[in-house]
Amino acid sequence: MATTLFRTAPSVRAALRPSSMKPAVAALTSTSFVRGKATLPDLSYDYGALEPYISGKIMELHHKGHHQTYVNGLNSALESIQEANAKGNSIQAASIAPLLNFHGGGHTNHTLFWENLAPNNKGGGGEPEGALKSAIDKDFGSFETLKKQINTALAGIQGSGWAWLAKDKTAGTLQVITRPNQDPVTGNYVPLMGIDAWEHAYYLQYQNRKAEYFNAIWNVINWNTVAKRLEKA
Amino acid sequence: MASATYKLPKLPYAYDALEPSISRQIMELHHSKHHQTYITNLNKALEVSATALAQGKLQDSVAQLSAIRFNGGGHINHSLFWENLAPSSSAEAKPEAAPTLVAAIQATWGSLDSFKAAFGAALLGIQGSGWGWLVKEAGTGQLRIVTLANQEAVVVGDTPLFGVDMWEHAYYLQYLNGKAAYVENIWNVINWKTAEVRYAGARDDVFQVLKANM
Ligand SMILES: [Fe+2]
Repeated sequence: MATTLFRTAPSVRAALRPSSMKPAVAALTSTSFVRGKATLPDLSYDYGALEPYISGKIMELHHKGHHQTYVNGLNSALESIQEANAKGNSIQAASIAPLLNFHGGGHTNHTLFWENLAPNNKGGGGEPEGALKSAIDKDFGSFETLKKQINTALAGIQGSGWAWLAKDKTAGTLQVITRPNQDPVTGNYVPLMGIDAWEHAYYLQYQNRKAEYFNAIWNVINWNTVAKRLEKA
Repeated sequence: MASATYKLPKLPYAYDALEPSISRQIMELHHSKHHQTYITNLNKALEVSATALAQGKLQDSVAQLSAIRFNGGGHINHSLFWENLAPSSSAEAKPEAAPTLVAAIQATWGSLDSFKAAFGAALLGIQGSGWGWLVKEAGTGQLRIVTLANQEAVVVGDTPLFGVDMWEHAYYLQYLNGKAAYVENIWNVINWKTAEVRYAGARDDVFQVLKANM
């Protein structure tokens, strides 16, 4: 059943989450699906605001180029699914699932990423505080250990992907997880903070020295965003 | 226990020889840094694995397999890649240098252009990092386009004829997010002569470069 397909595809649900989806897409889960358009969310800071840690050129290409491509790919995947669905061709609709996962994941991941970054004068950098700090201390021992674990996870990604600080819903604990390519964080995990380990995220500035990028990005992590996500998780 | 140590093969041309299709800066970083890192990490993993095995610690040896596969694949892929590229002005970079292979391509895809279109579409369809290869299929000898994720390599059965690196490090400094232009321009620097030799020869010969750099 085509409607079942929509309900079970995890990336559809993931794609619904970002605030940049217009309400029409909510109809995706019903049979009377009206075409929804994902749109590129605005950044809450300037492209150059994360310098010197992430260059303005990287930010601009990453946001206007790469993220936009995922938004376009998501919209076209949704459209293709809708068309296949309208023809009652659920196998054809299902065959689009990998594109939906890739582009829907790319849209979701980048949206979360922009929000969990901030320049120093808008709360970026520093250390987690309050309940977030307590949770990190409890599950990792210290903030330093968490950073080390995430940097090790990032360095260990074989290919393109992401590392996340996530909350395991059933265990109630914080965990460091990685996802290949644009696979979104779904299911039992709630994403709290993500770091893009695709080469496009750092190559113009750091080239093959990716460890330098992984060290630098801690200066622009927006812990307020992460704390708010934990509150809601 | 000492294990085999692999070395970075020399490029068969200068770093700037593939310009303007691939910039000197990309070639230099790609060869001297990225490829070298795969080799360094491969040698490390092979060493740790061999030592563990010699000490009867199978578990520690097996723990290295993922690193061996990834970095070994990276070494193999890049070694084959350098050899299947050539300066666009050279005779090797013309399809005429591969009469037998091009005839087989035409028989399979109808024309060289439709093969290029299919190969290009496969390259652009890779989700994440990876490679596209034209291979001679084991057994049937048929030509086939395969894409492989990350540093998976054509190491079982099929014979790789030429590959294109679709990791962002292969084109980003020059093409940025415009990878379609990279895919278009790569045709100017494919070494058809190498592809013809690989197509006609024995499978093991394709991998000779690895043995020659130990
Ligand atoms: Fe990205």
